[in-house]
Amino acid sequence: MATTSAHDIAAGVAAGTLSARTVVDEHLARIEARESDIHAFNVVTADAARAHADQIDADVKAGRPVGPLAGVPIALKDNLCTHGVDTTCSSRILQGWKPPYDATVVSRLRAAGAVVVGKTNLDEFAMGSSTENSAFGPTRNPLDVSRVPGGSSGGSAAAVAAGFSSVSLGSDTGGSIRQPAAMCGVVGVKPTYGMVSRYGLVAYASSLDQIGPFAQNVADAALVTEIIAGHDPMDSTSIPQSAPSLVGAVNQGVAGMRIGRVIDLPSGAEPEVAAQLEAAFAALAAAGATIVDVTLPSLSYALTAYYIIAPAEASSNLARFDGVRYGLRVPAVDTNAMYGATRAAGFGDEVKRRIMLGTYALSAGYYDAYYGKALKVRRLIANDFNKAYESVDTILMPTSPMVAFAFGDKSDDPMSMYLCDIYTIPTNLAGHGAMSVPFGTGAHGLPVGIQVLAPALGEVAMFRVGGALEQAARSAS
Amino acid sequence: MSDSPLSSIVATEEQMLPGGWEMIVGLEVHVELATRTKLFSGSPNRFGDAPNVNIDPVTLGLPGALPVLNKQAVELAMRIGLALNCRIQRCIFHRKNYFYPDMPKAYQISQYDLPLNADGFLALPSGTVVGVERAHLEEDTGKSTHVGGATGRIHGSDYSLIDFNRAGVPLVEIVSRPDIRTSEQAREYVSELRAILEVIGASDAKMEEGSMRVDANVSVHKPGTPFGTRCEIKNVNSIRALGRAIDYEARRQIDILDEGGTIVQQTRHWDDAEGRTHTLRSKEDADDYRYFPEPDLVTVDPSQEWIDAVRAALPVLPAARRQMLSELTGYDTQSEAVIVVVERGQHEYVRDVVEAGGDAVRALIYVQQAFAEEGASPSVPAKDLAALTVMERDGKLSATQAKTVLADVVANKGGNPAAIAAAKGFEALDTSLVEGFVDEAIAADPDAWAKYVAGDEKAGGSLIGRVMKASKGKADGKIVTAIMQQRRGS
Repeated sequence: MATTSAHDIAAGVAAGTLSARTVVDEHLARIEARESDIHAFNVVTADAARAHADQIDADVKAGRPVGPLAGVPIALKDNLCTHGVDTTCSSRILQGWKPPYDATVVSRLRAAGAVVVGKTNLDEFAMGSSTENSAFGPTRNPLDVSRVPGGSSGGSAAAVAAGFSSVSLGSDTGGSIRQPAAMCGVVGVKPTYGMVSRYGLVAYASSLDQIGPFAQNVADAALVTEIIAGHDPMDSTSIPQSAPSLVGAVNQGVAGMRIGRVIDLPSGAEPEVAAQLEAAFAALAAAGATIVDVTLPSLSYALTAYYIIAPAEASSNLARFDGVRYGLRVPAVDTNAMYGATRAAGFGDEVKRRIMLGTYALSAGYYDAYYGKALKVRRLIANDFNKAYESVDTILMPTSPMVAFAFGDKSDDPMSMYLCDIYTIPTNLAGHGAMSVPFGTGAHGLPVGIQVLAPALGEVAMFRVGGALEQAARSAS
Repeated sequence: MSDSPLSSIVATEEQMLPGGWEMIVGLEVHVELATRTKLFSGSPNRFGDAPNVNIDPVTLGLPGALPVLNKQAVELAMRIGLALNCRIQRCIFHRKNYFYPDMPKAYQISQYDLPLNADGFLALPSGTVVGVERAHLEEDTGKSTHVGGATGRIHGSDYSLIDFNRAGVPLVEIVSRPDIRTSEQAREYVSELRAILEVIGASDAKMEEGSMRVDANVSVHKPGTPFGTRCEIKNVNSIRALGRAIDYEARRQIDILDEGGTIVQQTRHWDDAEGRTHTLRSKEDADDYRYFPEPDLVTVDPSQEWIDAVRAALPVLPAARRQMLSELTGYDTQSEAVIVVVERGQHEYVRDVVEAGGDAVRALIYVQQAFAEEGASPSVPAKDLAALTVMERDGKLSATQAKTVLADVVANKGGNPAAIAAAKGFEALDTSLVEGFVDEAIAADPDAWAKYVAGDEKAGGSLIGRVMKASKGKADGKIVTAIMQQRRGS
């Protein structure tokens, strides 16, 4: 396989030893060869990618400065707004909609020289854990096409795993970056809430959504995070701080760090996954870290709280898809009937299920019992984490209880699908950062992801541990 | 609402409605803030532009767009809160969810249980104090025009056009406590509120243009019994209409109750041409707005320094302005001259005229009568007006002559009143000359004189008219009256 690491591509292109156009063409050729099997993309923007690559090569030739991601092919989850390029959220209701603006992360990546090769498939409006909920058909796991890539950012995970792009962006509301990263054997990062601007991310659950990268290695993930992070005045919830330096942390090692082992972790992980977690602790201990037991007693309520808060916000966020201004409109006798017909035809089952759940949870007379209580649980979980972080720098747990499962395994049973995110959801509720690093294999030889959790703005510690895990995994294989 | 100490207000006997009924009115006033840009985006906040030009992804609620709070809007809302004696507090925004085509996100960003301004009051010129429950920030909707159909409403129309220029314009909703007992008080409340909003520069507060919109909650009860079921009256487009709508609605409710019926809580639409209200929707159809905290915005917690700075920059409010004029002239704060001059913002000018040596009452009346076309800073130098008031007071000009000179001074944006009077040949007539004119008038119409002596003041008026005519308007009416009264012996 040709060079696909973002660091290597950017360095080669900037030095003039590697042509951005060649890099892009190689990636497009891989897409050409395998995309019909994988279906990672809703749209491939080949012409625009080639033109952008040519521009970068011209800039290098002319001695003009190029950005830190010069020539790096990137794929964007199709819930990120791209100026003039279809942004569908894998929903019929937005089919054909072309935003008149770029999301802040997209502008920053373009300015850094990243070349957008396409928009990736997802569970409709990011609701799901397998990418089976896409209105345009599922994405297949490049490591085993009979299996799901995870979700909801399944297309972005698959794109990196298949070498269709060097890096990609996803969004993570309850695990939608980390879980597919684990299932596809790539690195996935969900930064601290507010570290990356959400402007231009089509909202699922605004208080939980966060954009983050997929990459083939921890250093590339750190590089992309550095570029997309930092305050954005267009997002009121954006933390007023500049982006942290993260790449340097990756090779710092973990000597002297304290790593938390959650002794009351909700059970349910496959035995091979549990074994890899133990191996990860052992590797970090060998690298000089101290393993410290911590408790997170409220964790078992996380899933329930999440499935109140996220659908409640979603029911409001998705109300704007009413057929009036953009997207699908199904004509009917009057306005109310038009709303009903449009939304009935435009949304898939899982989206409808969550809209109904959320509408109910916010209804007069039920608010306190559901939404109000879920917010209390959310505070308890954050308190648990903050208490744990008094004695540890990061916490380790599995990313997903299971390796990639087969199509149809869980798609008829929403509850078992929801359980896929049992280890990832708590981080979103707390507003903290976490990343998934590939670490060995589990059942059927499929990759296992180990999750590194850190306190708010604890990304440096997180990337140190992530880097150490990656190194340990490499030397083990 | 009824547990407020202020709402124990009971109507006076004159304010009671026939049959011992008392009306209970609370007002919800929406005002558009005079900001440069919208509440959550950088698009201009401007009335009267071509449709759909002041828009952007945030205004249209495009997927992925996020609101960013306009600091100027918060500051103007704080001015309103401070002018209405509210507590400025840490506050958050909520989403109010409902579907309507001119609501781009299908939710309105508003404030719910934690408004910016709370627990204030407005003291009306008549002395009534009306509690202000809250004054909160929210965004306006777009404007729909329903084409075809009989009613101009969405139901039955052929199609609808939406202008999103107004969507996202900052509003402050000022909610009064149910402390209003008459339609006059309601009108007074809105007039005073409008005057305050203009003075503090928060809004141009034009009901006709919709930058100030008033909804009235009206119920009736008998004093000593709980408040009745209320109806909300919408579509009231002028202060006059507000008074009519409230009176109509109270009467409608009383008629129903007197006949043994019950009032159904509902929203009613005022039809100004028909002079009546119609059912718009009843409570059973009311939306469940599913309020919840807006996750895209953060808490607003105005610092004490900020609040103090806004308070320090507040101009003198209308009530204080009226008080100043009242003290200067001896006129009541509720007199028309005082109210009119303060409304025009000319109170400081009147004070300037007095400080330039002018006669206070004449200064007030001149300004009231001759400066309607002038703004807060009339073009006539205060010293010129002062000189004119003094000439009239000292009897050097008759009232009629003074009026003529005043017109000249106003038309020429100033001038020396003495020189103008001289140029017009005005001079106060010698009293003996006036006495001669009075003698002539009595001789010419002895019947009128007889009637006047018998107490008929009207007859006196015709004699004064004769004197004025004979003197070519130079005689001072007051002096003529004084001579005639002296002759009559009264």
